Amino acid sequence: MDRQARSLQVLLLAGLVALVAFPFVGEKFYVQFITKVMIMAMFAMSLDLLVGYTGLVSLGHALPFGLAAYALMFVTPEYQAAGFWTSVAASMGVAAIASLVVGLLVLRTSGIYFIMVTLAFGQMAYYYVHDSKYLGGSDGKFIYVRPALELFGWKPFDLENHTHFYYVALALMVFVYVSLRVLLASPFGRVIVAIKENEHRLRMLGFATFRYKLVCFVLAGMLAGLAGWLAAAQDGLVNPEMLSWHQSGQLLMMVILGGMGTPAGPVLGAAALKVLELVFQGWTKHWQLLLGGFIVLSVLFMPRGLAQIFNWKRRG
Amino acid sequence: MRTAGLRRLFGGLAAVNGVSLECHVGRLHAVIGPNGAGKTTLINLLSGELAPSAGRIEILGREVTGLAAHRISQLGVGRSYQLTNVFMRFTAFENCRLAAQSRLASSMRFLRPATRYREVNEAAARALALAELSGRENTVAAELSHGERRQLEVAMTLATRPKVLLLDEPLAGMGAEESARMVELLRKLAPGHAMLLVEHDMDAVFALADTLTVMVDGAVLASGTPAAVRANDAVQRAYLGETDD
Repeated sequence: MDRQARSLQVLLLAGLVALVAFPFVGEKFYVQFITKVMIMAMFAMSLDLLVGYTGLVSLGHALPFGLAAYALMFVTPEYQAAGFWTSVAASMGVAAIASLVVGLLVLRTSGIYFIMVTLAFGQMAYYYVHDSKYLGGSDGKFIYVRPALELFGWKPFDLENHTHFYYVALALMVFVYVSLRVLLASPFGRVIVAIKENEHRLRMLGFATFRYKLVCFVLAGMLAGLAGWLAAAQDGLVNPEMLSWHQSGQLLMMVILGGMGTPAGPVLGAAALKVLELVFQGWTKHWQLLLGGFIVLSVLFMPRGLAQIFNWKRRG
Repeated sequence: MRTAGLRRLFGGLAAVNGVSLECHVGRLHAVIGPNGAGKTTLINLLSGELAPSAGRIEILGREVTGLAAHRISQLGVGRSYQLTNVFMRFTAFENCRLAAQSRLASSMRFLRPATRYREVNEAAARALALAELSGRENTVAAELSHGERRQLEVAMTLATRPKVLLLDEPLAGMGAEESARMVELLRKLAPGHAMLLVEHDMDAVFALADTLTVMVDGAVLASGTPAAVRANDAVQRAYLGETDD
């Protein structure tokens, strides 16, 4: 356990150093590519809180992500920048409210029904946005100016600069990672993990488990919202595809591929899927076939995900 | 704890049919009866896992009939299971800490690590010590022996600091030595708790019980001191007769 924990720490530190150093040597295209990967990694970590730790397999996690992206579009004036904090608060707030409403309904179900109902809510939002003129319909809408942070005339960073954007995304990804570690070690976190293990017993110990699941669902939605805000800010564009079930499905794949319920698994999964996508696209137009094959093989041979590679020894 | 006319139907079958019994702090009330007599259903009714079809349940002077299971637990009712029901991937200590954590005003605490709540740790350690599992704190539940897991089951229940204990066959599947240890533990617990014990092991029941109730087909056949029940003709015929001869 100690060796395992230490090797993970060393690995994470090495990864962090590499990420901090990358913009000094990498081309613009790759800096932007890794920014995208980090945003997806945050998004995947938020889903893993539900799937890997609480045992709630959601197929509608694109909902808070996409709504948060649209919220940024909504609060951005046409030719001006939205405020950094106000737009983050708007995006995460919308994601929280949507997750609360959806959570109150879907958390009454479990298992396969939970998957179906989360999917249904996701699709409802998708079609609503898709068919709404004021939201840009199927084409979506542009965000011409990225949010800006200004403290008494001082600008600590400029999101129009791709390197600055990269570091902001990196900082937020580290923030999400650390928040989840703290959360999972807290009394709340212990309850969440126990829900996956044996919810009935937990209730008999006196825990009102529904409440804990709901709070967890909202927290995961808010983190997905943060990722959605970043994604919209980076692309300068929102469209209904951000809300589609493909998005939710791909995300679930990242979590499973990386390793459910492991600290760094979702990050690995997001990176692996995005990098392979890029590589295979360079080889052939049938890249989906290669990607699918890779996923099948990795699930067959690494059922606990890529994180498995780094666990030389199992606990005990 | 007191029940009156407790009844639970499954379809047309009355699994528990008009059961009235009482249980007081410092007394151990044992319930025996053949398989299918409705003993586990009775416990499920008392713990709130099942809602009664009729009748009422009173705990510590409060009517709790139909209350949600977690609310009943918070009032001070702890139960253990016939089939071991613990968090298999947690260590023995983590199991008890989680149980003890349920007595915090709320577990909606997000920042301080769960390991740093001193009063919770102490309650967990106390429960483990009481159940004589002190040397095994850091063993994952899945790797404990069957008997140890039964002890852990009781320890978790104790870590919630209950006043009423509902124990569903704590001796099930235990060897002679493990059984003796569990009987000792139950004897130690008796003075501080109102205990309802469902058990098949007659030696243990007669050694521990202050009051004995015999259930057959969901109904109470006889109830009283162990000596009186043993002497009861109906009980002799229906139940004990088979083993005594």
